[in-house]
Amino acid sequence: MESPKDRKYSKEHEWVKLEGDVATCGITDFAQHQLTDIVFIELPEKGKQVEQAKQIAVVESVKSVSDIFAPVSGEIIEINEKLTDNPETVNKNPFDEGWMFKIKIKDKAELDKLLSAEDYEKFTKEEKH
Amino acid sequence: MAYIPNTDKDREDMLKDIGISSIKQLFKDIPTEILLKKKLKIPKPLSELELKQHLSNLSKKNSIIKQFIGAGSYNHFIPSVVNHIISRSEFYTAYTPYQPEMSQGILQAIYEYQTMICNLTGMDISNASMYDGASALAETCIMAANITRRNEILISKTIHPEYRETVKTYCHFHNINLTEIDFTDGITSIENVKSKITEKTAAVIIQNPNFFGYLENLKELGNIAHEKKALLVACITEPTSLGIIKSPGELGADIIAGEGQSFGNPLNFGGPYLGIIATKKGYMRHIPGRIVGLTTDTKENKGFILTLQAREQHIRRERAPSNICSNQALCALAATVYLATLGKQGLKNIAELSLQKSHYLLNKLKESGCQELSTKPFYNEFTIKVNNAKKINELLLKNKIACLELEKFYPELKDSLLICVTEMNSKKDMDKLVKIINQKVE
Amino acid sequence: MELIFEKSKEGRIGVALPELDVPEQKDLIPEEYLRDELDLPELSEVDIIRHFTALSRRNFGVDNSFYPLGSCTMKYNPKINEDVAQLPNFTNLHPYNPLNKGALELMYELDQMLSEITGMAKFTLQPAAGAHGELTGLMIIKKYFEEKGEKRKIVIVPDSSHGTNPATASMANFNTITIKSDEKGMVDLEELKKNMTEEVAALMLTNPNTLGLFEENILEISKIVHEKGALVYCDGANMNAMLGITKPGDQGIDVLHLNLHKTFSTPHGCGGPGSGPVGVRTDLVKYLPLPTIEKENNNYKLNHKNDRSIGRIKAFYGNFNVMLKAYTYIRALGPIGLKAVAENAVLNANYMKEKLKKHFDLPFNSLCKHEFVLSDKGMPNSITTMDIAKRLIDKGFHPPTVYFPLIVHGAIMIEPTETESREMLDSFMEAMINIKQEAETNPDLLKNAPSTTPVTRLDAVKAARHPELMYTCQR
Repeated sequence: MESPKDRKYSKEHEWVKLEGDVATCGITDFAQHQLTDIVFIELPEKGKQVEQAKQIAVVESVKSVSDIFAPVSGEIIEINEKLTDNPETVNKNPFDEGWMFKIKIKDKAELDKLLSAEDYEKFTKEEKH
Repeated sequence: MAYIPNTDKDREDMLKDIGISSIKQLFKDIPTEILLKKKLKIPKPLSELELKQHLSNLSKKNSIIKQFIGAGSYNHFIPSVVNHIISRSEFYTAYTPYQPEMSQGILQAIYEYQTMICNLTGMDISNASMYDGASALAETCIMAANITRRNEILISKTIHPEYRETVKTYCHFHNINLTEIDFTDGITSIENVKSKITEKTAAVIIQNPNFFGYLENLKELGNIAHEKKALLVACITEPTSLGIIKSPGELGADIIAGEGQSFGNPLNFGGPYLGIIATKKGYMRHIPGRIVGLTTDTKENKGFILTLQAREQHIRRERAPSNICSNQALCALAATVYLATLGKQGLKNIAELSLQKSHYLLNKLKESGCQELSTKPFYNEFTIKVNNAKKINELLLKNKIACLELEKFYPELKDSLLICVTEMNSKKDMDKLVKIINQKVE
Repeated sequence: MELIFEKSKEGRIGVALPELDVPEQKDLIPEEYLRDELDLPELSEVDIIRHFTALSRRNFGVDNSFYPLGSCTMKYNPKINEDVAQLPNFTNLHPYNPLNKGALELMYELDQMLSEITGMAKFTLQPAAGAHGELTGLMIIKKYFEEKGEKRKIVIVPDSSHGTNPATASMANFNTITIKSDEKGMVDLEELKKNMTEEVAALMLTNPNTLGLFEENILEISKIVHEKGALVYCDGANMNAMLGITKPGDQGIDVLHLNLHKTFSTPHGCGGPGSGPVGVRTDLVKYLPLPTIEKENNNYKLNHKNDRSIGRIKAFYGNFNVMLKAYTYIRALGPIGLKAVAENAVLNANYMKEKLKKHFDLPFNSLCKHEFVLSDKGMPNSITTMDIAKRLIDKGFHPPTVYFPLIVHGAIMIEPTETESREMLDSFMEAMINIKQEAETNPDLLKNAPSTTPVTRLDAVKAARHPELMYTCQR
């Protein structure tokens, strides 16, 4: 799956799509592929204040556990409840239906620290080697 | 050499085969200064015949008595089938079922165990067991702290003293603060709970029936806890009581911690026993320990597998909610066989026998002038005050009977005896106990 | 196969119970305390026996065949141990029965023998399992520093450590630092020196390590740790390689746990009960959990009075019935027998390693102790360790430990133990070589394995996504 160009990416394989001051976030296709079948996602609580690059969620597969980090700072205003019963959505559709949480951002400038789709693709190719 | 099939010739051939000159060479990677130069100073080996005699003699240095002691370890009848099943070597010499396709036997048995525990306790999820009731209770304190994100626990003084000590140890090293609740009239003081509970309380811990034998007011205690958004943890040390008393789940408990030894496991001088943890559906991901779940195979056949392993130490490592690796699988199997053998009617019968006998004994003791600690309802244990507990117990012991003196656990309860009666105690034994106490009481 | 609940029929019972021998009284417990329903199955004795017998035949123990599980030491469980464990004066002994001299004597002697075997000063027999022992050990270490007034928050573990090590550290409220092993698979001395500060309470290591290699620099490792005032905790799971050969106490180990269900032949029971006694050096004895077993003249007693103990870690005294079996085992072997255990365990492992390395990748090609680790590197047709393991089941063996330690890709950890004959080892190796050939010529046999078991590969993802953890009757 190609990384959509309408969003930014972190080195921890999270994506951010900004609309106004609300950032919808999730994990990339590269990430879901590495995790294999996702069985459970522990999402942050609504209203929680989060900081860029700090751990805020956990993704479980059968044999492993991985941290998800906040790609930007702000307040969690919505979480994708559908993922509770259907965590496999993230495997099937990581960029669309598999969104995880929405953050009301504090500082637009933080997005400058993130990678463009092109730079992210380059980064993941290097990681593979 | 005991239990080693290979002979000197085998070893010689094997060494030659892999090009190593001697056994000594296999240890050349160990620094010489730490290689032992002398034999270990332990006794010479005994043949199987001598071993049997030695252990038999050692066992005879213990004396088996007419047990009127409970206090977390209960003398119940164990049907013969239990031992026959757990002595099958496909069970007792097997490892943890990490290869589920070849371990469907124990996996199914544990699934059945989990089901029975949930049905008895009124909970949605049980794990595959913990080490014992005390450590299970300690782990539920950590569980409650994690769920509520609070770090204060209220624990009743009517909980088994050794359980409270264990909880204290675990909580001290986990930075959880414990506050004890007083008792009046043999049960937890509701007033005291109300005065001590705060918005920082993670859980209120109550044992039912409690250490003195009396039934607690779980429903009301649960209401007080829930009002402050704290959890009610019900501790059960005598689960045969569940044959007749209401399940803690129905009375508002959020988590159960308990001891399953009464279900088909012998006294064994304190271990191995069977820790129980069960909880409501919402707390599933917080429960420690192994859990067995149902699934299907490639041909859509039903099968069982260890699941939700991402909670456990081998995956979460330093972020695991508990470090527990094993469970008490064989003890859980014994419990499953026991509960299946007694069944619906049998467990109720056993509970009724215990209940009737204990009340018979208390009446007889009251007729002799003993005072009961409380008039609250009780199951198969109760507490009485006598004139000189120490002397009475000495006299009883001379007659190979024993009760439990409470002073060492509760200094304020001098001259009190905790007495337990089960289906194993006959009318004859009970009458003898009363007679001996009468002699002392005058 | 049906669940026991599906075989239940109303009115059946599995055992005859006695009648009440005292006059019956009514209303002993008020209505509001009583339950309305009791949901347990109802079966006759014959059906219960058949159900559980059928289940046992869907299981596999050491008594069935070879069980080369690395790190688990699945040695043969001697039957005399089972017999003496059934002696009624042991099984019927209540923990508060004061006429317990035999039990106390046994526990005291076991403590003494384990201390001699490991070179530690004294043991607590209370921990119910290895992980429980680790927790006890770390609590002792924490108490040690608490009394010294030193706030040490860190425990160091090698990246090859068993998952219980860092999990235990967390439970005792320590933070964990993981250090990389060196290219030989051992603790990297430079990494250790770099991370060893006065904030570190302990290094937790396993020796021999989880690759089956003896830490050659153990004395240097202990020195580095002690120089900064920290302690060395040894996970004694691999003690089978050291019995009568070397003592952890001589290696600078300060706290150690043993697994009686591994090294000392007590049965694994499908995952418990085990026993994880903890041994300590002399100045830490005062912190051992209560009660300790003491001897005065010829009297044995339980000592409950010690303000400096860490307290209790469970009720009563530990898994006595398991200790009983370990005691019997040590008395059966004696000093020469124990040394023979280590010698044969290590010979069997090296024998297998030298032969299997011709067919499978051996990431650390050196002298091993009682176990060694292969990997699935270079397997043809995308065959993984999982496939090899499942195919071994079809060949009648229990697979080795797989995917541990984490530092080897597709790890296959093989521990034969000393209780296997040469023929068994040869037979297992033949099966492994055969599987390698199948991987080349007919990989589907592996991918679809196991095919000879009551169920084929199970859907672990489904079990975790949609957990069904108890049976509910569809009414």
